[in-house]
Amino acid sequence: MVKEEVVLVNFWSSPFGSRVKIALEEKGIHYEYKEEDIFNKTSFLSTINPIHNKVPVLIHNQRFICESLNIVEYIDEAWTDRSPQFLPSDPLHRSQARFWADFIDKQLYEASKKIYRGKGEEEQVNGKKEVLRILKLMEGELGEKAFFGGDNLGFVDITLIPFYSRFYTWETFGKFSIEEECPNLVAWAKRCMQKQSVANSLPDPLKIYDYIVSFDKYYDK
Amino acid sequence: MNDEVILLDYWASPYGMRVKIALDEKGVDYECQAENLQNKSPLLLKSNPIHKTIPVLVHNGKPICESLIIVSYIDEVWHDKSPLLPSDPHQKSQALFWADYIDKKIYDVGRKVLWEKGEDQEMAKKESMEGMKKLEGELGNKRYFGGENLGFVDVALVPFTCWFYSIETRGNFSIEAECPKISSWAKRCVAERESIAKTLQDPHKLYDYYVKLNP
Repeated sequence: MVKEEVVLVNFWSSPFGSRVKIALEEKGIHYEYKEEDIFNKTSFLSTINPIHNKVPVLIHNQRFICESLNIVEYIDEAWTDRSPQFLPSDPLHRSQARFWADFIDKQLYEASKKIYRGKGEEEQVNGKKEVLRILKLMEGELGEKAFFGGDNLGFVDITLIPFYSRFYTWETFGKFSIEEECPNLVAWAKRCMQKQSVANSLPDPLKIYDYIVSFDKYYDK
Repeated sequence: MNDEVILLDYWASPYGMRVKIALDEKGVDYECQAENLQNKSPLLLKSNPIHKTIPVLVHNGKPICESLIIVSYIDEVWHDKSPLLPSDPHQKSQALFWADYIDKKIYDVGRKVLWEKGEDQEMAKKESMEGMKKLEGELGNKRYFGGENLGFVDVALVPFTCWFYSIETRGNFSIEAECPKISSWAKRCVAERESIAKTLQDPHKLYDYYVKLNP
């Protein structure tokens, strides 16, 4: 049996990297973790991701795969013999999962940054409103299901759950409670956290808060 | 079984053109419903309540939204003809990577060249050229981005080429001069693929339409 080389190049706070960690752990794939300091990027990163020079990057048998959702889909297909399957087999349900993942990807991170990095109170308040709009839509989409993927973690769960580490930061800066506004979504997040793959992959929310606060100071210099 | 396939579209949209090309490549019969973007139809609002945008594919009453997601869906459902995505997971991930790159660095940035002014427009022009050059590098000496046959990346990019004239004229630069391989590829697509020749809009018609909106 050929020994597989699987390396994840990441930065500890990245929610995008957490997606990949969860996917690898869910499939029980052994991998080597390489931390890349995104404030002092190495030439190694520009070799493995010459177009964007960003983390995460998955290296699989010397092939490089970039962009977190792309990587998660790749993991699903390259290890198709391992359960769980993240994307449904049916094309319509696949397209729906991809739609929601794309929605989260394009809107949530940018909106959330306005809460703590918005110029002026108006932008910060707008950031909070946008984040709540997105989370409420996701809560609606979840409905009565245990996970977006049904009985197990699926593509949409893996896309969204890493942002749970940032809820404390958003709530503290924005002075609001996500649990009050979206109780079912927070219940879903806690359910996800009971899974080893998720608990092992998400950074501590307080550590994230300290990082973002000190990042702010770096920005103000 | 008779498939009911409806495409909600707008004539000038390069995103809608992606879907049309994919449907034609697969030989799928469909009905095109032209939307008035100032007065969106109840079907559009019901089918895409989140974004309320075209294109939307309605297949046997079920909506699929977002052009690249629609093209993937078409490729999976009508998988027996003209495959657009490779089956190998790594090659597929590369195709998806470049299609995403095209969306962010070509379409989004190209729109800024058309709609921004001053320094923002200058920055968008520079980014636009950088993006096109990276694509030129990725195309290399291949016939298509998909290799010998049209692929997912070709379908993602080619509709944008009918907007080149507007972008070059407004931005005052030449894509052909900077990216000759992309320029030849665009001409080859129109010459060799009927799906593309009949779908792409006349660049001058698009420019006249654009200038009316943004004189």
